[in-house]
Amino acid sequence: MTRIGAADRETTSVERVFREANGQAVATLVRVFGDITLAEDAVQDAFVLASDRWRNDGIPPNPAGWIVTTARNRAIDVLRRSARGRELHEQLGAVAGTSPGSGTDNGGEDGPVIDDQLRLIFTCCHPALRTEHQVALTLRLLGGLSVDEVARSFLVSPSAMAKRLVRAKYKIKAANIPYRVPADADLPERLRSVLSVLYLIYNTGVDDPERAALRSEAIRLARSLVDLMPDEPEAAGLLALMLLSESRVSARTDAGAHVLLRDQDRTKWDRTMIEEGHAIVRACIRRDRPGPLQLQAAIQAVHCDADSFEAIDWPQIVALYDHLFSVMPTPVVALNRAIAIGETEGPDAALSALDAIAPDLDDYHLMHAARGTTLRRLAHRDAARAAYERAAHLAASEADRRFLAQQIEELAENGTYT
Amino acid sequence: MSQYLLSTYAVVGEVPGAPSTPQEMQTFMERVIALEAEMDSSGTFVFGGALHGPDAATVVRMSDADVVMTDGPFAESKEHIGGFYVINADDLDAALAWAGKVADATNHSIEVRPFRATGRVADHMPGA
Repeated sequence: MTRIGAADRETTSVERVFREANGQAVATLVRVFGDITLAEDAVQDAFVLASDRWRNDGIPPNPAGWIVTTARNRAIDVLRRSARGRELHEQLGAVAGTSPGSGTDNGGEDGPVIDDQLRLIFTCCHPALRTEHQVALTLRLLGGLSVDEVARSFLVSPSAMAKRLVRAKYKIKAANIPYRVPADADLPERLRSVLSVLYLIYNTGVDDPERAALRSEAIRLARSLVDLMPDEPEAAGLLALMLLSESRVSARTDAGAHVLLRDQDRTKWDRTMIEEGHAIVRACIRRDRPGPLQLQAAIQAVHCDADSFEAIDWPQIVALYDHLFSVMPTPVVALNRAIAIGETEGPDAALSALDAIAPDLDDYHLMHAARGTTLRRLAHRDAARAAYERAAHLAASEADRRFLAQQIEELAENGTYT
Repeated sequence: MSQYLLSTYAVVGEVPGAPSTPQEMQTFMERVIALEAEMDSSGTFVFGGALHGPDAATVVRMSDADVVMTDGPFAESKEHIGGFYVINADDLDAALAWAGKVADATNHSIEVRPFRATGRVADHMPGA
């Protein structure tokens, strides 16, 4: 038993090292060889070699460096064997001509390694690539997920995902998408693109236990982005937003059904994540360069601050939604603001706010769910049931449908809220 | 250095955002002339032009051993290329920046496409 346990632990730590080293190794090799597929394959081969050797010899002191050196030598071998490669290899000359096992040219200096990783992030999330390609490249190249794992995460077949990745890499090469950190003038827009890819990865894993790994991967990537770009408050905001959302995951569902914030068991919230999220939000406030992600994180921070539903500082939340709406005037922000207004000004005010945005969000189940809850508080029983039914019809997740079915049942039994 | 085709598409009979008064035409021309001067001085401009409409097009094709001509454009689509630039650019970011300037000066959407190869095929043959 203990021996199996030890082997399991070893497997897990090797896997963790792989995850951590993958982005760094691919990033460095893309710079050296200028070819994503070559880099990707060589790093894959290095991992295969490592998983054999490390199990016998143990993990080396600088595992990422070992992977980079091994992958680099592997890529040189591949190049030597192809005619086109020989040409490329000659051009590369001294750059790629490191002796096997030197292993010290990586990790010694932070500068180039950090730049390589940033270059790879910005290339994967380049706005000239469609969103699903950005996401697939990010998970494959930076996250180190296998093609099968990426395919499972997005509910497509492995062959469809492989094709998607080939198409994305083809465009990078054909259109000559640069492997570089964008110029200052382009940075805000390009960073927004990176942040939205990471947030999309996180949200894809929300409320789906099968895809929970995407959430931790998104958090890991956001954390490394914050390390790489410590002066970007929105990157910090995204990390805080994910942590504060993640801290409540275990309280958010019960027996497969969604649990409303007011009914959540707050003792199940993860205090460590909340503390880290709060610390980041405080640092953002001190920095005073607010943006949409920092404001959303601040709203989550206020929620996590309350010991009970009654203790939530709703006026503060409404004020933050007002600020958020001024920088991000979307119907979904307006919806969340309307729900918060229901707590400060009452259900009448919430209903007029909801009615104002209803045409824009007619296909969005949460708008109808919010209307249902508001109508229920106003004792409009039939209208409430109709809204819940419409929400249930539109809801995509099983947890949401179960929650809504529960609301409809409660409405029939107990009538309205008091 | 890569080369890119920046092209604009127009729907026959519709020219969205086109200048409508002589004054608007004047400032439109000034913007485009200034942009092309900037392209020239930076070594970006390779070639460019505005095309007559698809009604002026003729398609030539081989049918067995005969050359056959038909009146009209090749693509049965509402949109046709209205004009284009061929530019030199270091990479896609540089090409996109130029496309942004063209879109701003002309008030048209611009499609950016990389060339796979340019010049004469013979130049790309081994030993060329």
